[in-house]
Amino acid sequence: MRISPTKFISLLFLALSVFYLYTAYNIQVFAFDENAPFNARTFPIYLGWAGIILSSLKIILPEKITTEVNHKHLDYKSIIYLIIISLIYAAVILKIGYFISTSLFLFASYYFLGERRWGLMFILSFPFVAAFMYLLHGLLNIYLRDPFLKYIGVMG
Amino acid sequence: MIEGILIGLSTALSLTNILMVMVGCFAGTIIGMLPGLGPMTAIALMIPITYGFDPSTGLILMAGVYYGAVFGGSTSSILLNAPGIPGTVATAFDGYPMAQQGKAGKALAIAAYSSFAGGTISAIFLLVAAPSLSKVSLAFRSPDYFALMILGLTAISAFSSKGQFLKAMMMVVLGLMLATVGQDSLSDITRFTFNNMNLTDGISFVLIVMATFAMSEALTIIFRGKDPNRAAKQISLTELGSIKVNKEETIKMAKTIPRSSILGFLIGVLPGAGATIASFLAYGMERNYVNEEEKQKFGKGSVHGLSAPETANNAACSGSFVPLLTLGIPGSGTTAVMLGALLGFGIQPGPRLYQTNPEIFWSVIMSMYIGMVVLLILNLPLIPYIARILAVPRNYLIPLILFFSVTGIYLMSFNNFDIFLMIGIAVVATFLRLYDFPMPPLILAFVLGGLMEETLRRSLLISDGSPNFLWDRPITLIILLITVTIVGWQIFSTFRKKS
Repeated sequence: MRISPTKFISLLFLALSVFYLYTAYNIQVFAFDENAPFNARTFPIYLGWAGIILSSLKIILPEKITTEVNHKHLDYKSIIYLIIISLIYAAVILKIGYFISTSLFLFASYYFLGERRWGLMFILSFPFVAAFMYLLHGLLNIYLRDPFLKYIGVMG
Repeated sequence: MIEGILIGLSTALSLTNILMVMVGCFAGTIIGMLPGLGPMTAIALMIPITYGFDPSTGLILMAGVYYGAVFGGSTSSILLNAPGIPGTVATAFDGYPMAQQGKAGKALAIAAYSSFAGGTISAIFLLVAAPSLSKVSLAFRSPDYFALMILGLTAISAFSSKGQFLKAMMMVVLGLMLATVGQDSLSDITRFTFNNMNLTDGISFVLIVMATFAMSEALTIIFRGKDPNRAAKQISLTELGSIKVNKEETIKMAKTIPRSSILGFLIGVLPGAGATIASFLAYGMERNYVNEEEKQKFGKGSVHGLSAPETANNAACSGSFVPLLTLGIPGSGTTAVMLGALLGFGIQPGPRLYQTNPEIFWSVIMSMYIGMVVLLILNLPLIPYIARILAVPRNYLIPLILFFSVTGIYLMSFNNFDIFLMIGIAVVATFLRLYDFPMPPLILAFVLGGLMEETLRRSLLISDGSPNFLWDRPITLIILLITVTIVGWQIFSTFRKKS
């Protein structure tokens, strides 16, 4: 039996709702609140049940409109590259600072999306990020933490 | 009211705020023009920048972005037949055929004049309706607010995607679930944090908006890059033609604009409806109003057919501010993002906003109007140049959207847990979008989650745990009956189509 992607997502949502409901019932409330008409558990419990009912209905009822996605037309390679670059960016941003990590992120993203005009790629990464940082930090006075630039004395 | 208008004008007409409206309209036009990126994304990208401003200035910038994005959406509809936002889909019906006939400049001008006129008329309605409604809404109690939020969430689910009511309702529940993460507002008990300190304060609203809109839009564009149906269309940007509108066309617009404005405003006020429904209804209504000869021109470059949806979608934008400013309950995804931004400034919109922060209340209304003037006198002549943004390759566009999203989150928290969380949510949202699970209901539910729990708590405590509060007050009962009607209609239409 083939299950449609929409029903599969609904099944995952059902599992999430069951887990949410289980966690909701296990929320620790104060002893005096245990039998109150409303405590920290009440709303999540309602939501858990609502999630279970809605996802069950979606699984049980026949689909009126089916969403067809042609997987041959989906660019998995580029999106995986982009997600990996973003994850690396998130991992190093605190260590090597905003300026270098962001510039490298932009440069690498342009490259993996197929761009090869090196001059333009450079301008739209390092000088672009520097200008953006100046706009935020220098003109709008929005604090932008960058240990590296602070270390080399560019930022105060 | 005159005093309020003057307060609003003096705030909105300060040099900084005029500059913000101009920047907002300009940035909004550029972002809104890019297919797939709408006002919600445009406003979300602006939120981190507004943190450096006072609330009025920040909101004025966002109002400018909102109108700019709607205008930008019309531009891509007319030039590429690729609507930037759902609200401008109907614009493409007659705008694109006009552009194909070599009258793209004229189509853009008609769209701009209609938007301006629709916006002007509805801004006047807003000016009159908002203070009166503020006074009426002071009579609202917790059960009424709770029922109103249920109505808003049901309505947005019913209208956000045709035939996908259950999917949209699932997104509502997911949004509410995400809103319960963190400390309970009354007891301070932590919920669903799994001992992670980063989740104690809950998930940031900006993070959710950035992840589900800006970042997942960008990922979706890349993901569907090989889809031949979605490949970027090209248009010669040097052949836009004249932007002059002749007398006959002006007369046609003059007939269309008043009725479409009224319809658009009324639809905009309704929770969950908004610009998309308003523009389609106005298009349909206009087709019924015109004579047989004009009717034949619909879909082939009719002035009425272009003017009606453009007028109505802008009028609906102003209308959607009515429930936000008077009740504190957003009626659409975009105003939900605005509400999140307001809360970020420490302002709780609602009936008391009119009394406690009149300068914000009035300056937002005034800046909307100034925004429209800016759009007309600044953006229209610049359209041939702004339209070149459509030629920016996605290889540059996508990384820049991701960059703005990550920067927005980094500026708020300076920790990378939030960035990881945003990437995770964005990936999930991208797959959900692929299978037509709508995101606006999730955002609206996330924004309303805290308030909804609060009003439910008060209602249940007042009624000692009994559900009687749902029908004790006539207002609550009426609102709930409307909700039941919407749900009933969804069920009925499902079975009718099956049979």
